[in-house]
Amino acid sequence: MTAEILRFALGYAQIALILALALACWRMLLGPRAQDRVLGLDTMYINAMLLFLVIGMGNGNVFFFEGALVIAVLGFVTTVCAAKFLMRGEVIE
Amino acid sequence: MSRLVPHPVLSAALVVMWLFLTAFTLGHLLLGTLIALWAGWSVEHLHPPKPVFRRWLAIPKLMAIVAVDILRSNITVARVLILGPDHPKYHSGFVELTLRMRDPNAIAVLAIILTGTPGTAWIEFDQEEGRLLLHVLDLRSDDDWQTLIRDRYEALLMEIFE
Amino acid sequence: MMHLEQLPPWAALIVALFVVIGATLTLLGGVGLVRLKSFYQRLHAPTLGYSYGTLLIILASMLMFSLLEGRAVVHELMIGIFIMITTPITLLMLGRAALRRDRDRKLGHDEVVPPRNRTEPPIETEDEDETKAETGGPQP
Repeated sequence: MTAEILRFALGYAQIALILALALACWRMLLGPRAQDRVLGLDTMYINAMLLFLVIGMGNGNVFFFEGALVIAVLGFVTTVCAAKFLMRGEVIE
Repeated sequence: MSRLVPHPVLSAALVVMWLFLTAFTLGHLLLGTLIALWAGWSVEHLHPPKPVFRRWLAIPKLMAIVAVDILRSNITVARVLILGPDHPKYHSGFVELTLRMRDPNAIAVLAIILTGTPGTAWIEFDQEEGRLLLHVLDLRSDDDWQTLIRDRYEALLMEIFE
Repeated sequence: MMHLEQLPPWAALIVALFVVIGATLTLLGGVGLVRLKSFYQRLHAPTLGYSYGTLLIILASMLMFSLLEGRAVVHELMIGIFIMITTPITLLMLGRAALRRDRDRKLGHDEVVPPRNRTEPPIETEDEDETKAETGGPQP
């Protein structure tokens, strides 16, 4: 019985995280200004990392964790570079 | 000691992290120690401001306060998001305050706390005048924020670092 | 999916609760990202997922794999510490970049931002009321 509840919870979490990913993607594509797009991209990275963790829990596979760690590192580097570019781009304009 | 291991806490944390990510064997312990020592020497070249902890006992207290505050503001921000940004009870805006502390490590910790808390975002800090610009999602009153940060975090941080 | 049956009932319930709350907080952050009106308000929305959303899912994952493998699995703490350190850096840099772009007259802005203090001539008025806030809010 509790296994059913846990299975349902993991399914719900996956759907919720995919929805959050889609909403962040929406903000990234529509975002009126460049900083909105960068914020949407950063949120997408974090949501994808959480989605990997939840999928790993559903499969009972520890190795999704490695993927989640790589996504977290990549997301950090991407966002910092983009923010730096936004700050410097003003000087060049 | 200080020449060979310039940052003992950082190096120890790196060794522990290496062991957790790989396996608890002698070979990995040696490899992790080498990498941690090398990382310590590299950081030494950057000349970071060395933190001086005056009171270790206040650190768990600060962590507990921050955990409870983040939980509480999570609930507040979730309510704002559910009710919608147009709800008349909530309005957001910039808050300007002045900080008394000057220690760069303490200010960095305060930045981590305020940015990690939903509902407050650290926008700009003027190092010379200690002037801090925050953006707050659920703005009650300006004095409120000044006293909240001064009494709740700044006093404890000054106790720890200065 | 056989591994789910091996968990003791109390652990399964706790894991389910943590995962559901964490995912809901992250989803709310996504909703806020779309719903809120100005950039500085939107800057607050993803913090929900960054703070307790991540923490709860990591705790659930740690609890589940620790019980399944019969030993303490603390891999996930690495992600937690990493997110805890990097999130303030990214959000802080984004906020500063947005402020600089908003202060630039050529680029235009969608929200009134406070001016930089050093370039403001009347400093005397600032001293009397230091906590003066620019409650600009979003432009309609």
